[in-house]
Amino acid sequence: MILVWLIIVLLSGGMLCWITARWRPMAAKWIALCAVLADLAILLNIWLQYGKGVQAGTGTWMIQYQTAWIPSFGISFHVAIDGLSLILLLLTFFLGTLAVLCSWKEIKSRAGFYYFNLLWTLAGISGVFVALDLFLFYFFWEVMLVPMYLLILIWGDKNRRYAAYKFFIFTQAGGLLMLLSILSLYFIHGAQSGSYSYDYFSLLNTQLEPAAAKWIMMGFMIAFVIKLPMVPFHSWLPDAHSEAPTAGSLILAGLLLKTGAYGIIRFVLPLFHQAAVDIAWWAMLFGVIGIIYGALMAFAQTDIKRLIAYTSVSHMGFVLTGIFAFREIAMQGVVMQIVTHGISTGALFVLAGMIKERLHTRDISQMGGLWTSMPAMGGVAMLFTMASLGLPVLGNFIAEFLILMGTFQANVLLTVLASTGLVFSALYSLRMMQKVFLGPVTSGEKLTDITAREMIILATLSIAIILLGLYPQTVMDVVLSKK
Amino acid sequence: MNLIYLVPLFPLVGFLLNGLCRNYLNKSLVGIIGSGSILASFIVSLIVFFDVKAGHTGVVSYFEFINLGKFAIPFAFQVDQLSSLFLLIITGVGFLIHVYSTSYMHEEENQHFARYFAYLNLFVFSMLLLVLGANYVIMFIGWEGVGLCSYLLIGYWFKSIPYTNAANKAFIMNRIGDLGFLIAIFWIISKVGSVNYADVFAHTNAFSKSDLVIVTLLLFVGATGKSAQIPLYTWLPDAMAGPTPVSALIHAATMVTAGIYMIARSNILYTLAPATMHVVAIIGLATAVFAATIALKQNDIKKVLAYSTVSQLGYMFLALGVGAYTGAVFHVMTHAFFKALLFLGSGSVIHAMGGEQDIRKMGGLGKYMPATHITFLIGCLAIAGIPGFSGFFSKDEILAHAYMSNPVLYYIGLFGALLTAFYMFRLYATTFKGAFRGTHDQEHHLHESPAAITIPLIILAVLAFAGGYVGIPEFIQPDAHSLNKFLAPIFAESMKVMPQHELSHSTEWGLTGISTLLIVIVVVAAWAKFAKKPDVEEPQGFGKVLANKWYIDELYDAIIVKPVYGLGRFCNNVLEKLVDWIVNGVGRSVQYGSRQLRLLQSGQVGSYVLFMIIGIVLFFVMQFFFKK
Repeated sequence: MILVWLIIVLLSGGMLCWITARWRPMAAKWIALCAVLADLAILLNIWLQYGKGVQAGTGTWMIQYQTAWIPSFGISFHVAIDGLSLILLLLTFFLGTLAVLCSWKEIKSRAGFYYFNLLWTLAGISGVFVALDLFLFYFFWEVMLVPMYLLILIWGDKNRRYAAYKFFIFTQAGGLLMLLSILSLYFIHGAQSGSYSYDYFSLLNTQLEPAAAKWIMMGFMIAFVIKLPMVPFHSWLPDAHSEAPTAGSLILAGLLLKTGAYGIIRFVLPLFHQAAVDIAWWAMLFGVIGIIYGALMAFAQTDIKRLIAYTSVSHMGFVLTGIFAFREIAMQGVVMQIVTHGISTGALFVLAGMIKERLHTRDISQMGGLWTSMPAMGGVAMLFTMASLGLPVLGNFIAEFLILMGTFQANVLLTVLASTGLVFSALYSLRMMQKVFLGPVTSGEKLTDITAREMIILATLSIAIILLGLYPQTVMDVVLSKK
Repeated sequence: MNLIYLVPLFPLVGFLLNGLCRNYLNKSLVGIIGSGSILASFIVSLIVFFDVKAGHTGVVSYFEFINLGKFAIPFAFQVDQLSSLFLLIITGVGFLIHVYSTSYMHEEENQHFARYFAYLNLFVFSMLLLVLGANYVIMFIGWEGVGLCSYLLIGYWFKSIPYTNAANKAFIMNRIGDLGFLIAIFWIISKVGSVNYADVFAHTNAFSKSDLVIVTLLLFVGATGKSAQIPLYTWLPDAMAGPTPVSALIHAATMVTAGIYMIARSNILYTLAPATMHVVAIIGLATAVFAATIALKQNDIKKVLAYSTVSQLGYMFLALGVGAYTGAVFHVMTHAFFKALLFLGSGSVIHAMGGEQDIRKMGGLGKYMPATHITFLIGCLAIAGIPGFSGFFSKDEILAHAYMSNPVLYYIGLFGALLTAFYMFRLYATTFKGAFRGTHDQEHHLHESPAAITIPLIILAVLAFAGGYVGIPEFIQPDAHSLNKFLAPIFAESMKVMPQHELSHSTEWGLTGISTLLIVIVVVAAWAKFAKKPDVEEPQGFGKVLANKWYIDELYDAIIVKPVYGLGRFCNNVLEKLVDWIVNGVGRSVQYGSRQLRLLQSGQVGSYVLFMIIGIVLFFVMQFFFKK
């Protein structure tokens, strides 16, 4: 039941924001902050209980809750968490809190509706991470889409309309294919067993013809790799990321992309194991293409948010490659990568947002020498630049190291190609650092270094990324209990 | 041995204090924290060293860095002869450089001064981690750490675009090498299932012959990046963009010796892979001579020294390649002394010249700055290999082993040594002898540097002279090579495997005699030539090729840098546009399709009913299909 509360808090908090903003526009952000903090507290409590993994003999699921929803169609409200979900939920509320904080000053118009959308997106995301009923999963998948679309459409930058449509259509197209696949699975399973159900555990027992499995899996896969994103289905991402408001970019990069990876791990691999093994080589190849292509694209960008967006494409390539290596070590790396990429890329977007607030541009050719006036921000930016290029002692290194170590056992050649991503990431990261923070001072105006509120956001992110790099075992212990 | 964690801890604390409180500390406090932390580390290193000498070696484990059940990477330190010796070099020379920096960097703004010392401490910390790690992953963490610090320090004056370019170049070239290291680690894990030195070296039979060659070659790729060997050496001369003490730190105490350390540490793997040994020896020798030829025609005082480092590192790899592991480590040590001395000396000169680095504008500085002059001369004598000075012993040991392996290696190596003697004394004579060629203002400004600069120089000069006496060769005095005895346990396994052949004492005397004679002739010739008439006009013909460093930078630019830029632009302007065009094309066709579909909604109830019926029929058909 506690899991349901997580979502209810967000949904009702969102409604409350919208309603109260009619009378007191300032209240909305406080309500939103309280809602995410309450959820974060609940999560931390669960983590303290189960952080060392579940006890032997109690199964892999830490908390489960199931109740009938639309029984006539075999739809139930079935939510549960295991180590993977727990980690992702923690990430969701951690970044969610920061997303509220970094909207604090940025959002001035229609704040109530803004926080409504923000919280509902978070609700959809957390729903996706806990749902164990495929219909419910699809429902949450849609819930997180629409408010995000509105966030981009209303509070985005100049080209927001194009970006929002593109985001919506891409995700929706994938979503529909997934719905078709869910329905086919539902009918096939119903025909086989006589009981029609969307429940994850029931559907796991479905016997599928290899050909049918392949097609149904492709429906899921396409939805998930669009979200991930996999090259060449990535072209919604740079537009959406660069046009979204800061919190939107943070949630998109930090959380929304992860739902794709989560979907593959939770649904595609267990439901269609053989079919997934059959496409493993191709999936790994596309992952590697993503790593290199994303990095090259990042290298060629002049818009700072677009640049960071493409680094996501590159980093998520590691996730795809790692998942389809089918090695436990690689899977551990994938989970690490999901978490650390969320933090490091999130932080870069937050930094980009702060720079944009001060300089009113995203064009890096108009920046330069910002370290001189903002040494503290420069220091933090250096830290996350290094995180993004995978420097040891910072979390991303552990993730990429484990992924590559796992894939090495699956395919040497692809691993070698993937690891060139480490050189390319150095290329684009150092270029970004140099163009933005180093070099002679270009803008004449006096810029204020980070404020206390910004310091809290950045310090939290910095500490998180360093702790993950120094003691990655915390995450691994939780995920290990998945087995 | 229980204190070993303190060695890297002090510099780490120094880094954090100076880095985080850079706005609140004044310069003298920053200097005390910065240098004091390294001094503390040095003292602990001394304790550890004598502890090790007394026979207390082993692995100290702290916590499980990564533990995945069947595979674990502990965070552990390796305390033995090799690491304790490196600790002394790193912290000892490092400390002198820190002290020197307090004076050299005094003009800097407060917060940048603190930033500088923070970076410097982090550099030493990373290097200590690299050396102390008891497995390849901890070594790799330090390995990347020194890469980061070199980037930060080379680009310390971040307002200058060329400097930050040099910093980027250093980082990226190192990264390319690191890739080799990383893949080697994966290879080792896939064969042995562990990265701990103890496990890997004990299970060399888990590798096939070709595995060993591949793994050692990949590790060597890492070494070529960090230790600036062909083909990844070009970052090191550009690294001169950083402040001069940083160059001293990179070239002497940290960073470039990492590759030597790594191979010396993995010596058993290399010994079992003779093919790789040959590659290492050839690359090392080629680098030694190649870099020496470039140094002949450089006019920037630091550039000459930079190429001489590349060249000397080449000798170290030659030593490793012919199995003279002790010789390589020996040369690391003596080189640390005299190269730190030379760089700091050049810093003192640059300081006096008001930032001028071109030796064509110097001359006759000897009489203005006697301490710098004499210590620099000692450094030159040591690097040239004049008998009695430290460089003589280590270089001689390397060349003797090269001769044992193959006389051709010896002859080419000797040729390189002659070039070294020549360019070093060209540098010395042009800078300190003859008449002053700078402006009147500069001449007026010439002065000896303060004590914080000259005292480190004097200490290093003493070491550069006397450092060689820990390795007196067998043929001069039997049983006097104490370094060899000290390091013997590290290389014991390799020595068992390697075919041992000794040169007769008369051959060794002969070789040493010939090389010494030739070197002395070259030194005298260069001294006489450049003290009288320095080489100030623009080089012509072949000299121009050398002055332009064989155009290697231009070559890399044309075959690597430009194509990568081009590829990036191609992706951005062509591929991505294509993807977008297709996507928008789909959008357009959907729009078109929906216009056609709109015709279906004709408003005629009849057709609606028709479609409804078709739909229902289809539904039943599907039901029937799935029921089966």
